[in-house]
Amino acid sequence: MHIIAFLIRRAVQAVIVMFVISIIGFSIQDNLGDPLRELVGQSVSEAERDLMREDMGLNDPFFAQYARFLGKAVQGDLGTSYFFKRPALAVIMDKFPATFELVIGAVVIFLSLSIPAGIYCAINRTSWLSRIIMSGSILGISVPVFLTAIGMVWLFGVELGWLPAFGRGDVYELPWGWETGFLTIDGLKHLILPSITLSSIMLPLFIRLIRAEMMETMGTDYVRFARAKGLSTARVRYVHAFRNTLLPVVTVGGLMIGTLIAYTILTETVFQWPGMGFLFLEAVNRVDTPLIIAYIIVVGLIFVVVNTLVDFIYTLINPMVKLPGAKA
Amino acid sequence: MITWRGFLKRFLSDPVAIGAGIVLLILILMAVLAPVIAPQNPYDLLQIDIMDSEMPPSWQPGGDPRFLLGTDSQGRGVLSTIMYGTGISLLIGIGAVIVQGILGVTLGLWAGYRGGWVDSFLMRLADIQMSLSTLMIAIIVLALFQAAFEASVYADYAIIMLILIIGIAEWPKFARTVRSSVLGEKNKEYVDAARVIGLPARKVMWGHILPNALTPVMVISTIQVAEAIMTEAALSFLGLGMPVDRPSLGSLIRSGFEFVFSGSWWITLYPALVLIALILALNLLGDWLRDVLNPKLRRGDD
Repeated sequence: MHIIAFLIRRAVQAVIVMFVISIIGFSIQDNLGDPLRELVGQSVSEAERDLMREDMGLNDPFFAQYARFLGKAVQGDLGTSYFFKRPALAVIMDKFPATFELVIGAVVIFLSLSIPAGIYCAINRTSWLSRIIMSGSILGISVPVFLTAIGMVWLFGVELGWLPAFGRGDVYELPWGWETGFLTIDGLKHLILPSITLSSIMLPLFIRLIRAEMMETMGTDYVRFARAKGLSTARVRYVHAFRNTLLPVVTVGGLMIGTLIAYTILTETVFQWPGMGFLFLEAVNRVDTPLIIAYIIVVGLIFVVVNTLVDFIYTLINPMVKLPGAKA
Repeated sequence: MITWRGFLKRFLSDPVAIGAGIVLLILILMAVLAPVIAPQNPYDLLQIDIMDSEMPPSWQPGGDPRFLLGTDSQGRGVLSTIMYGTGISLLIGIGAVIVQGILGVTLGLWAGYRGGWVDSFLMRLADIQMSLSTLMIAIIVLALFQAAFEASVYADYAIIMLILIIGIAEWPKFARTVRSSVLGEKNKEYVDAARVIGLPARKVMWGHILPNALTPVMVISTIQVAEAIMTEAALSFLGLGMPVDRPSLGSLIRSGFEFVFSGSWWITLYPALVLIALILALNLLGDWLRDVLNPKLRRGDD
């Protein structure tokens, strides 16, 4: 019962967010650039233009035009890119695997480092290693991600020449047309620097968060009780305390999705990573309106889907959660 | 609360806070006094000579004593552009936080004091806006702005646009903080007393509750300035922020980036170091303020 109420509420919220995004997308299309000029150039007479404008429905009322836009968008038609002369959605989706793999790489790195580091710092609060990690983390928070990126390219790519610093390297095409760099040595090598860069901004935040949460749960009654019951220290720490530490981590992780997508734009720019963010900036410079709109809508969709998933995971790992909206 | 004397005493006993304070003071002075102390005026085209471009720092072979930290690709002295650029970064950072503060405090007070649907509507809006992330909102808005207007029009409004966008996108941080303080205060007796003598809600909120809810606002203000400066730098680096002829630290790094790999590292390195020092000093001071002004946190940390 609760699950259903929860799902309905989330679905409504997702629809509202997507509705707002589609209105934004449409207003951009309506106000930015003249589709006719992009189509026919300067050589067509004014009378012919008026005729075409009428034909294409550009003189229809706002609402009718929006309805048409929405109808097409739902079928995956977001217009044709002025620059690539191909459907905008297809152009974006070609670049999606690159961004996706970059994010996966970054998430793997920061989860596998921040969890042990956070727990260690919470348990050994005064050790010298904790102090180094904690002061390093405030330095990490203060270095903008594009500077980390430039530093990485300069040090490992140019000065030492250890790792490739530009592009994706060799990719392997999977049967459904998805180009992956995970399956080639060269692709994996190219992934290292960008994904370390992308993880570097999340890492200090998560170390601090996990440490603070872990310290708080270690002081609660139920942890003290578990210890009094005679459970081993390891069990109390890693099963009882850590499980509750995860909850805020998942929440914050969900909140960071937007930030993470924004940082992919910065990372991809420096490493010339052929992903969606790099494509988006190129589209902005070329005033390629359909592509800009397609990017905003795709990112909005990713954002809504991930947030819903995060909320769902939260309810799964929290044994005592009251599903939001299920009070009645 | 803590007295000014106690505050000063704690400040003077913490070397990290003193260090961060001094660095911040130097950078602010450098930015404010830039028109007086900078070796050149990078906005004055008469003082710029393209023949001076890409000179290394003065102690390097080929350096010129006029340009201590070298010159960029347009022949502007890096030291001078950093001085002016720090000013623009600080101006946008502080301006944005003032906008955030005004919006956030007003809406937070209103949500916390009124409660009910106003509260749930505003907090839901805050949730959604926070998870969209300021940087993402700013990138999209500025990208559209740039696509819609000509570069010269855009350049004139860049500072105001950046202050407004970063200001409006970050209001939830202040609003949430103020709201939770208001919830803690509003059932106390002094508030009841103020209400009973017939003061209007506006006066109760601003004159009685707000002064007691200001401590956390002060704490987050410092960190928010750091964050706003970082956001502005990222936007300028992407080419969506300050134009190259009125550079902030971020646009200086952007204009130097393409020369890093051809050997002209100084154009990027020095603005980058100043940017990191500025953000780090603000973050350290913010952390220190939080520890001092929030006794609950202090206890948990000891």
